[in-house]
Amino acid sequence: MQQVETIIEKHKGRPGTLIPILLDIQNEYRYLPEEALVMVSEKLSVPLSRIYSLATFYKAFSLKPRGKHSVSVCLGTACHVQGSTLIIEKFERDLSVKRGQTTKDLSFDLEEVHCVGCCGLAPVVTVDKDLYGKVTLTKVPSILKKYRSATAEPVN
Amino acid sequence: MAQYRVNLMVCAGTGCVANNSFKIKQALEREIAERDLGSEVQVVATGCNGFCAQGPLMVVQPEGIFYCQLTEKDVPLVVEEHFLKGRPVQKLMYVPPDAKAPIPKMSDLDFFSYQRLIALRNRGLIDPEKIDDYIGREGYTALAKVLTSMTPEQVIQEIKESGLRGRGGGGFHTGDKWARTRASTGDIKYVVCNADEGDPGAFMDRSIIESDPHVVLEGMLIGAYAIGAQEGIIYIRNEYPLARERLQIAIDQARDYGLLGERIFDTDFSFDVEIALGAGAFVCGEETALIASVEGRLGEPRPRPPYPAVKGLWGKPTNINNVETWANVPIIINRGAKWFSSIGTETSKGTKVFSLVGKINNTGLVEVPMGITLYDIIYRIGGGIPGGKKFKAVQTGGPSGGCIPASMLPLAIEDLRLRPPAHSRLPSDLLSLSIDYESLAEAGSMMGSGGMVVMDEDNCMVDVARYFLAFTKDESCGKCTPCREGNTRMYEILTKITEGKGSMEDLELLERLANIVKSTSLCGLGRTASNPVLTTLWYFRDEYLAHIQQKKCPARICRELNVYTIDPDLCVTKGHGCGVCRRECPEKAITGEKNRAHVIDQNVCAKCGVCAEVCKFNAINVA
Repeated sequence: MQQVETIIEKHKGRPGTLIPILLDIQNEYRYLPEEALVMVSEKLSVPLSRIYSLATFYKAFSLKPRGKHSVSVCLGTACHVQGSTLIIEKFERDLSVKRGQTTKDLSFDLEEVHCVGCCGLAPVVTVDKDLYGKVTLTKVPSILKKYRSATAEPVN
Repeated sequence: MAQYRVNLMVCAGTGCVANNSFKIKQALEREIAERDLGSEVQVVATGCNGFCAQGPLMVVQPEGIFYCQLTEKDVPLVVEEHFLKGRPVQKLMYVPPDAKAPIPKMSDLDFFSYQRLIALRNRGLIDPEKIDDYIGREGYTALAKVLTSMTPEQVIQEIKESGLRGRGGGGFHTGDKWARTRASTGDIKYVVCNADEGDPGAFMDRSIIESDPHVVLEGMLIGAYAIGAQEGIIYIRNEYPLARERLQIAIDQARDYGLLGERIFDTDFSFDVEIALGAGAFVCGEETALIASVEGRLGEPRPRPPYPAVKGLWGKPTNINNVETWANVPIIINRGAKWFSSIGTETSKGTKVFSLVGKINNTGLVEVPMGITLYDIIYRIGGGIPGGKKFKAVQTGGPSGGCIPASMLPLAIEDLRLRPPAHSRLPSDLLSLSIDYESLAEAGSMMGSGGMVVMDEDNCMVDVARYFLAFTKDESCGKCTPCREGNTRMYEILTKITEGKGSMEDLELLERLANIVKSTSLCGLGRTASNPVLTTLWYFRDEYLAHIQQKKCPARICRELNVYTIDPDLCVTKGHGCGVCRRECPEKAITGEKNRAHVIDQNVCAKCGVCAEVCKFNAINVA
């Protein structure tokens, strides 16, 4: 929890720092570990209940450990009218999880997102920081394969 | 930039970057170095060019030659032919769908020629990460003008006279808003830039920040001077990492140049800006929720008044404008209110940026003068509907907006399959809907932040209404009952209808609920959430009736109502029993073997629609 202390120190003393602190912790651990939240609560003298309410209100936060790779299927309007529902269902089948869940081996998260702002490339899928446009059902397995093996270049 | 013979403006907006535009940039730089052209040809990474459908893009300046859909392999050819021998490469130029010859110059493309750039005037012309590029395009001269020759009151008067209205959706007069915040008592005041662009299907603000971050800072500086604010906050979505990064670079550069900080231009005016990150909540686009979020609280709206102009961030007077509104400010100061107000309609001045997406040939980001017709946007700039399909509706204003039907265009619906010849003059009549705040509101929709989603005959309007309700019910903060409960109930009714389980009473209840949620919700999210339902009920009632009475989805989108079968002839003659559907079917409902017709077992079929999607021979019948 050394990092949590550093994060708190970085933001301390300025107003409105709770959300930036939680965002940094989320980035560091890919979720909000309970011990970290307890520590934030003690160091900032903020009730844990308030931190919990923030952590469950905002979508950027997760209270459960996340997978190694984060798959987000865009369900924004442009992607929706281009059939993104079929795409996310295909990911659900191929990863054997429902949206919002993490695979058992902690290798993938599957999320739906509402618009990543690349509507010209709809339907869009992002895996970690890579973006895939004009995704079709048959491209899904090859996208996942890239991340199942070692790190690799995005396919298009 | 003057010392180079040729400038290659490579688009580095998110869309083109996803299509490897940075690799193309590197390849260009390598090739140029190898050919010893380094002193003559410069490669510049710009913000979003707008014509996302044709990315990756490159514009060759000063000639204005437009290259599209580039790959790394094209690089040696274009460098050799164009930049060494001076012969532009035809095969890399844009060819309109119904034309044979390419159009070499960007300015001759319909997509660009019908646009008018004000907020996006620097797009594609500057490197967004270099403050000197911005300064070279009159950047920060408006700030210098207000600080050295205008009083705050004069600045507010100029903005008032320009007629600028909020581009985030509401359309409140910007000058009035500034005047209110200035008039509020308090020694500390804030200006806030709302970059929490959450509408699904919209990316205007992201593109402005990614292509020209300094224009937003300059707008805020001018606003802060007029209002008497010392601090600024830019509240930006966590989902926009590139925009955030460019904004931070811009802020750091402006500080280095003394354009942010103490005593700017040696005047008594001091101002600085910080970035606040959103954490993924659509409701935080609402101004009181945004303030709560910046203060580290739950992003829940509160009743107004008091308005933020009186009691905003940390209880101090606060002026909140959206990214696009701020981006309009410097040019209004430089060119004058008269110039700005000469563009647009009586009540809607200037331009509006739209993200034009969905079933349209030229998807991308466009900026058009207010008062342009929907027809011009969809058919002239957008290039019409792909695949010869029939245009059905356009959705504006995101989850808060509505669906405007094809009948609002100046054409008979049967003509909409054809794309009319470019530049032909069409008679405009009452049905040619003008794009301005009032006309869109009258049509039951709203300007919104600028998402414009085009739909064709393959889109189901009940499904679209259900889609938006799914979004608003998820994003409702839960504070007020009409929004929290009403939207959820409306979503359930719409789901019932799309599954063929709806009744006529449901339709009545849906309409009643929609009106109640609209009139009784606390904030804009709830008050506008019914718009997609109400507009589709008005304009596309027959589609609702088809789902309820005939248990059919006319567009074949609501899968529970569809029956999937395989055309045995097509399956064998065209597909030779390829078996792709059999392999992809998640329920293993399809049987068959090579060169034989495949069959779907209706008892097993889960109606997921995968077979129809993967069959390359159109052998799946959906009825």
